[in-house]
Amino acid sequence: MTQTVFAPWDDPNEKPLIRFRGVTKRFGEFTAIDDLTLDIFEREFFALLGPSGCGKTTMMRMLAGFETPTSGTIELSGQDIAAVPPNKRAVNMMFQSYALFPHLSVYENIAFGLRRDKLPKAEIDARVLEMLKLTRLEKFARRKPHQISGGQRQRVALARSLAKAPKLLLLDEPLGALDAKLRQATQFELMDIQEKTGTTFVIVTHDQEEAMTVASRVAVMDEGRVMQVATPEKIYEAPNSVYVADFIGDVNIISGKARPAETGTFQLHWADAHAPFVAASDHAFSDGQACHLAIRPEKVAISSERPAEAENAVQGKVLDIAYLGNLSTYHVELSTGLILKAQTANTRRISRRSFTWEDPVWVSWTATAGVLLGQ
Amino acid sequence: MQRFILIAVPYAWLLALFLIPFVIVFKISLSDIALSIPPYAPILDDGIGPFFAALDFENFVFLTSDDLYWKAYVSSLRIAAISTAITLLVGYPIAYAMARAPEEWRPTLMMLVILPFWTSFLIRVYAWMGILSQEGFLNQFLLWLGVIGEPLTILNTTTAVYIGIVYTYLPFMILPIFAALDRLDGSLIEAAEDLGCSRLQAFWLVTIPLSKNGIVAGSFLVFIPALGEFVIPSLLGGSGTLMIGKVLWEEFFNNRDWPVASAVAVILLLILVIPIVLFQRNQQRQAEAET
Repeated sequence: MTQTVFAPWDDPNEKPLIRFRGVTKRFGEFTAIDDLTLDIFEREFFALLGPSGCGKTTMMRMLAGFETPTSGTIELSGQDIAAVPPNKRAVNMMFQSYALFPHLSVYENIAFGLRRDKLPKAEIDARVLEMLKLTRLEKFARRKPHQISGGQRQRVALARSLAKAPKLLLLDEPLGALDAKLRQATQFELMDIQEKTGTTFVIVTHDQEEAMTVASRVAVMDEGRVMQVATPEKIYEAPNSVYVADFIGDVNIISGKARPAETGTFQLHWADAHAPFVAASDHAFSDGQACHLAIRPEKVAISSERPAEAENAVQGKVLDIAYLGNLSTYHVELSTGLILKAQTANTRRISRRSFTWEDPVWVSWTATAGVLLGQ
Repeated sequence: MQRFILIAVPYAWLLALFLIPFVIVFKISLSDIALSIPPYAPILDDGIGPFFAALDFENFVFLTSDDLYWKAYVSSLRIAAISTAITLLVGYPIAYAMARAPEEWRPTLMMLVILPFWTSFLIRVYAWMGILSQEGFLNQFLLWLGVIGEPLTILNTTTAVYIGIVYTYLPFMILPIFAALDRLDGSLIEAAEDLGCSRLQAFWLVTIPLSKNGIVAGSFLVFIPALGEFVIPSLLGGSGTLMIGKVLWEEFFNNRDWPVASAVAVILLLILVIPIVLFQRNQQRQAEAET
């Protein structure tokens, strides 16, 4: 049995559910969204990731209908939705504050949208029960929002926004108010529910770990522009810019000048007194072009002797050790003053750790470990 | 001990300024009218035994024998209820607009609502006489506009009383409703719209229920003082406006019948206790909901 990979974005015949076409949104002088073009496909779990003020919430509010684009069009299933008010869109939103109606019970909150559609009572009852079951809230149906916990409130908000079976569900920082443990559990729950209902989810978050965990694709945004849209693996392993590499996870950036070497590889001249680093790259760089090598700390090895077969190795001394429990990050200072981070798994007890402060060490990595970036 | 002192202060206040005066008024209501100073009998100088023997409920019985009194009570209740409704209809949109106004404007708007309190209540009511009279500003303005051919008779009618009460008590309606609306989370309205409500439905299903406590508080704050209102009906109202506050004043100062006037006051107080208790319950429930 072959399992088909879910990747509608690679299929040119697939019609996107949402199309942003040259969308710009200005608030007075301030440009929140700058000429944005983006496709989101059916059944996707799409994450908008960026620092606060990058325009991700504005994008979501335009999808919900609370803001209209200054220019450009947004299409939902091939229809321009600019003129459609929020209450006429097959789009529902889960608010960051949950926005549960405090005067209504959990049951009434979930039934709220269904009642507006004037559905028969039996149908509403059945649908609300289904939602309560999906979010495991059966026991709390009669309670008011202030009588349940934060995690339960979050699930009520989710159930309420899913009750009308929207084509598209928008989640605005849905887990922001939860503590770390509950958050992780809820992330998997969200993915589970998304899979069960087959709804397209668009999630806004500033938490990169959350975006990486839940999303089928991630759009990294900065100052109203989308920097890169790709699967979490691609975003992490093959960022297209220093900004994206730096925003997602921890990274070492080594700047220098490129010089073509053997086919598919380049030399990075980063310091006069040191041998150049070797890095493989699909992109061509011209001789002498300024570029940056982005390399993840976990791909940098640390050793006391120069490793024999490593393509890139450089000596330095341990400046700092960040002990994270399962991992340790070593900050290694090179003779040029550049600090490289190397991460190792703590498979041994801490007392048996090989290196300590001020130890001279070698850091090394392979030619394919890093990404060479032009910008 | 410290706690006792802390509680004792408000209780002493209530005792001195509410309970003792009430007991005095209640005692007078059980007395008989007399041509003396004070104008009622018995007084304690007569001795304890004769004093208590002379007290009776005669005045309360008298109140039931004359239509004037119960009609005045009913009329007061009606005027208070209608004015409360009008105040709500006028006050709610004002409070709503204030709560929706830009943040930097709100203190100014609040100030404008409170500003009339800086002038004496009596002077403001007199000012209304100048506005509403036959040759008053309102009539002159309407004549000048050509809307009316002859001046309207507003002053000394029940309409003028309504205008006076609504004007005077409007801030008491606006402020609690504004407080409720100000706290209302705007995303609740967006959520309602997102779930399929029109603007109007969202207002009806979310904004109104969530400002209910403000509406109830404001209504009581208007209804309770309006029920016993005396100055407004006596200055703006005519002979046709029957209000218990006015009857009470006339019993005291025109008829000099203190015992009957006291009986009227005691009954009025008993009527007022009901909405006051309801108001307190509402406040308490609101406080509980917030914790």
